[in-house]
Order: sequence, then structure tokens, then C-alpha cells
Amino acid sequence: MSDILTSDLCDRIDAWLGRFPAEHRRSAVLGALREVQKEYGHLTPERMDAVADYLGLPAIQVYEVGSFYTGFQHQPVGRHTVAVCTNISCWLRGGEEILAHIEKSLGIRAGESTEDGRIFLKSEEECLAGCCGAPMMQVDHVYHENLTPEKIDKILEALS
Amino acid sequence: MTRHHNEMCFATLEHPKPWTLKAYESVGGYRAWRKILAERPPRRDLIEQVKASGLRGRGGAGFPTGMKWSFMPDCEESYLVCNADESEPGTCKDRDILRFNPHALIEGVAIACYATGARAGYIYLREEFTDEPHFRLRAALREAYETGMLGSDIRGSGITINLFDTLGAGAYICGEETALLESLEGKKGFPRFKPPFPANYGLWGRPTTVNNVETLALVPGILRREPGWFDGVGTEKSPGTRCFSVSGHVSRPGNHELPLGTPFADLLELCGGVWKNRELKAVIPGGSSVPVLPAEAMADLNMDFESLAAAGSMLGSGAVIVMDETTDMVKVLQRISRFYFQESCGQCTPCREGTGWLYRVLTRIVEGQGTEGDLKILEEVPARIEGHTICALGDAAAWPVQGILRHFRGEFEHYIRHGKSMVGPS
Ligand SMILES: Cc1cc2nc3c(=O)[nH]c(=O)nc-3n(C[C@H](O)[C@H](O)[C@H](O)COP(=O)(O)O)c2cc1C
Ligand code: SF4
Ligand code: FES
Repeated sequence: MSDILTSDLCDRIDAWLGRFPAEHRRSAVLGALREVQKEYGHLTPERMDAVADYLGLPAIQVYEVGSFYTGFQHQPVGRHTVAVCTNISCWLRGGEEILAHIEKSLGIRAGESTEDGRIFLKSEEECLAGCCGAPMMQVDHVYHENLTPEKIDKILEALS
Repeated sequence: MTRHHNEMCFATLEHPKPWTLKAYESVGGYRAWRKILAERPPRRDLIEQVKASGLRGRGGAGFPTGMKWSFMPDCEESYLVCNADESEPGTCKDRDILRFNPHALIEGVAIACYATGARAGYIYLREEFTDEPHFRLRAALREAYETGMLGSDIRGSGITINLFDTLGAGAYICGEETALLESLEGKKGFPRFKPPFPANYGLWGRPTTVNNVETLALVPGILRREPGWFDGVGTEKSPGTRCFSVSGHVSRPGNHELPLGTPFADLLELCGGVWKNRELKAVIPGGSSVPVLPAEAMADLNMDFESLAAAGSMLGSGAVIVMDETTDMVKVLQRISRFYFQESCGQCTPCREGTGWLYRVLTRIVEGQGTEGDLKILEEVPARIEGHTICALGDAAAWPVQGILRHFRGEFEHYIRHGKSMVGPS
């Protein structure tokens, strides 16, 4: 336990460790970073060091993972993550217009957060496997499909 | 027309709560696994049954599943990994299996563990499935443990099988099986050189089988039916059913599980035809990485491995992306190329550099700055990537270029000569 890894966080990391044979603690790196990010909003070198310490790994092994996967943030971001799919199936049904609508109504570009810290508009490259509900987006990993500007406005307004 | 519609992976859909154990048992779920637990057949017998069914992997490459399982040696420590990273653009069937029939997957993984001699199975979900698909899978895993379908010495059978759910963290490349294994080991998702293949050197260096969600979810239904049923559905070389994710310019996009060999025209009709009363222009029949086919080629085409190969494309992941007459094929290719450029892991020079080249050249053409030489680049670069990389992402980046260029070259030439699209308002 440390200032960063509270006992609750340690329990959550242990739940990931419990999925793997005892000698493969490294396998829990993704899960541990995810829990830490959930707690603090983004990763920092100190937070990754704490994970490395806890798992008994060289820090570099944790940094590598932290920087490889796009799910990890290294700067403060808004409380809610909005990811708009503009991949092929969504693109064919107006995904880019949906993204443009959100950028305009929030006054930010993909990759940025609103000033009030409410919304992080993720810069999404991947198809989010909701292609049959295109155009679609995820808000904190919850699917919203068959989007229209009106529908989006309602969803975004409801975010606290 | 809709013979055998949603009978396997989507069999519980009619039930009010399709994802529950109750729903699954009402369609015969866990019967195959209970029988195995009771009779403890030699594992090779199950492999023979799966071989006989003709089941081929649904993850993209179509590798025969029984044969893949037969590569697994008898040993103390080996693993079964389910690829639930579903990330091939256009594909959204595995997500629906996880949401609506997670028990079929669990039973399939349990059987696959038994048949391959693995003591544990890992189900690797992409991070974006954190919410509903993961919740449903976890609830189903809990139910399966509580009813004595998983665990140590299950029902006093002496059989021990534990299944674990894990999550990725955002990386398309982790759908490639060896990148997925690296990710499960807590590393960057860099695909491994092959050989050795996972059956020899897989998770933590142990023998490992990797199978797609749909592949595994099909197994219980195959085993509980009489031999010959599954291969009686579909065609001779493409037996069984297949989940098609139909997206793009159709009236009612959706997932449909149908016999392989179903005519494309029937599939299109199920989805309400091309939207807005428009004409069909082209179809990407197996996820964004396979070559596009023009409407003429699709008209009489059947959706099975061989027919699509003969037409110059692939069944891939079962994602059928439909495009109407207003579609700008140059922009389609630009969008697809942007994706592969972004998702290349960068290990191999041809893929890392080539995907960047393709995207830049296509952007230049779309912006009206293309030159005749650009067409040559679009021809040469894919040829330099294809077959020269560690994993098939390189091929996946090359094939769409070759396909679209083969069938819609005129659109590229028009852009280059006139600085604008020949489609849409002039
Ligand atoms: C770049 C790339 C991405 C892939 N993505 C997936 C995926 O999301 N899901 C999947 O099941 N297979 C995917 N595959 C195929 C896997 O490598 C592997 O062949 C498959 O999981 C094997 O399962 P099967 O034999 O049941 O088809 C991908 C392959 C490549 C090269
Ligand atoms: S082909 Fe591309 S994605 Fe695959 S290993 Fe090479 S660089 Fe990485
Ligand atoms: S293309 Fe948008 S979810 Fe698949």
C-alpha cells in the first residue's frame, strides 16, 4: 500500500492478478493501469511507478504498456469519455458529420476536453463494433447507436 | 429463404432474457458439456467430431478448427484463448454473442479446453466491451460456476477447467492472435514471428489454441446435434452457419446468422435492400481488409468461402459493408487506409512506411493534388507490403487498395485529371 495505491485499489489489482498463475504478475499490468486510471483520471510516471512496484516489475515494462494502448491517458481529461466512431460503416452513414456536430456543440476538437472538465472527446480511430447501429458513439463505454444531432444533444446534456 | 436463421449462436434471441442460463438451457444449452462431464470421452474423439463437422474458424482466416485443436500436444500446462477483441471494421457479431448468448461461448470454451487438454481458458475482450458485453459475460460466468459447469473437479468428474475474463486497452492489432497473447502477458501488442505457432509456443510459452468467439460459440450446438447436421447446412466446402454483420447503405442493418452459401441477394433483402431506393454500387464482403466487389459481381454471388474467393475477395470476418451508387470509392479507400496507417504497430518497415505512403497519396488525390504517378504508387506500394510483413495487418492494408483500384480505377483517374470526384454533385 502507498499513497497512490490505496487498499481499495490494491484489492482491485489483486482481482486481476487472481486471473493469472502466481508467477505471471506481469499479465496484470493492463488491468492495474486501468484501475489506477479509473481512480485518478489519468496516468503519471509516479502512478505507473507505483504499479511497477506493486507488481514487482521494472518500471519500463509498465511505461511501455502505458504508452502503447490508446485507452490510457497521460494528461488530465474530462470526466466522461465520448468516443465517436468514424470508421467505414459509420462513415458511410454520416459518422464524420456526427463528430463535427459534437465538436461544434462542445467547442472542442477530437482529442480535447471541455473547459469545465465535463467531457473528453476521444480521438477515435477504431471501429467500435457497433457497425449495425451506425452512426454510433460510446460514452464511458456505453453504446449509443443510430445517432442524430438531436439524440446526441440530449445525451451530452445529461452528462454531469 | 430464411431457413436456419439465427439457429446457432443467436438461438436464444427469441427468449425475453436471451443472456441467461435459463434461456440457454431452453435451447439445449450445456447438454453437450454435461454429457462430456458424465462420460469423459477421450479428448481426441471430440476433436474428430469437430473435424467431421467441417467447422472453420470465424475469426477471419477460416482455418479448420478441428485441425487446429489436433496440433495441441498432451502436456501439463496448456491454454485456450478466446479472441473477443472484435475489431475488424464492419464486424459486430461477437459483441452480440457476448450480449445475447454468453453461455454458448462459455460452453464452447469449456469444451475446447477439454478437447485441447487445456486447464484454463482466457476470454480476451477489447476494452470497448467493458460495459454491457463484459457485464453479461461475467454474470454468465458466475452462473456457470454456481451451477457446477466450471471449476475444480467439476461434478466429481475429476475434470478441472477455469475460465477467466480479461480486457485489452485499445489497440486494433491485439486482434491478431500473437499480439493478443503478448497483451495477455502484459506487454505491448506486438505480433510475434511465426513459426513457432501458438500450438507450440503460445501464452507464457505454453501450447495454446486461439479461437474466435463465434467459432467457439458454435461448438456446443454442433456437438449436441446429430453428426452430419452442421455440415448438412451450408455448402460442401463451407459447412454450417455464419454470422453476417450487414452494415452501410441498407435499410435495416443488422446481424444475421445464416447458412454459408446464402445468396447475397437474400441477405440484402433481409436487411430491407439498399436504402433510399438507391442502386447498389459495391460491397466489401468480409470486413474492411478484404477486396471490394462491384454490384455486378455481387448480383449472383453466394456467401461462402469458395464463392467469394472465386470472385476475387474473401469471407473474412463476415462483415458485409454495403455501398450505394452515391459512394465515392476514392474516399472510401482513403478512410480505410487511414485506419491501417493509424493501427500499424510499426515493427515492419513495409507496413509502417507503406501504410503511411498509401494514406498520404490518397489524401493528396482526394484534395485534388493527385498526379498520374500516384496511381503507380498505389499499385506498387501494396505489392511491396503484401507478404513481406510479420503479421497479416500488412496484407489487410494492401488488399483493399488492390480491390478498389481493380474495379474503380476510373474514379481515381477522374480525381487526378479533374481534381474532384466523379460521384455526386458536379
Ligand atoms: C490485424 C489482424 C486483426 C485481427 N483481428 C481479429 C479479431 O478482432 N477477432 C478475431 O477473432 N480474429 C482476429 N484476427 C485473426 C486472428 O489472428 C486469429 O486468426 C483468429 O482469432 C483465430 O480464430 P479462428 O481460428 O476461430 O478463426 C485478426 C488478424 C489480424 C492479422
Ligand atoms: S505487419 Fe504491420 S501491424 Fe503487423 S507486425 Fe508488421 S508493422 Fe506490425
Ligand atoms: S464502423 Fe463504426 S462501429 Fe464499426
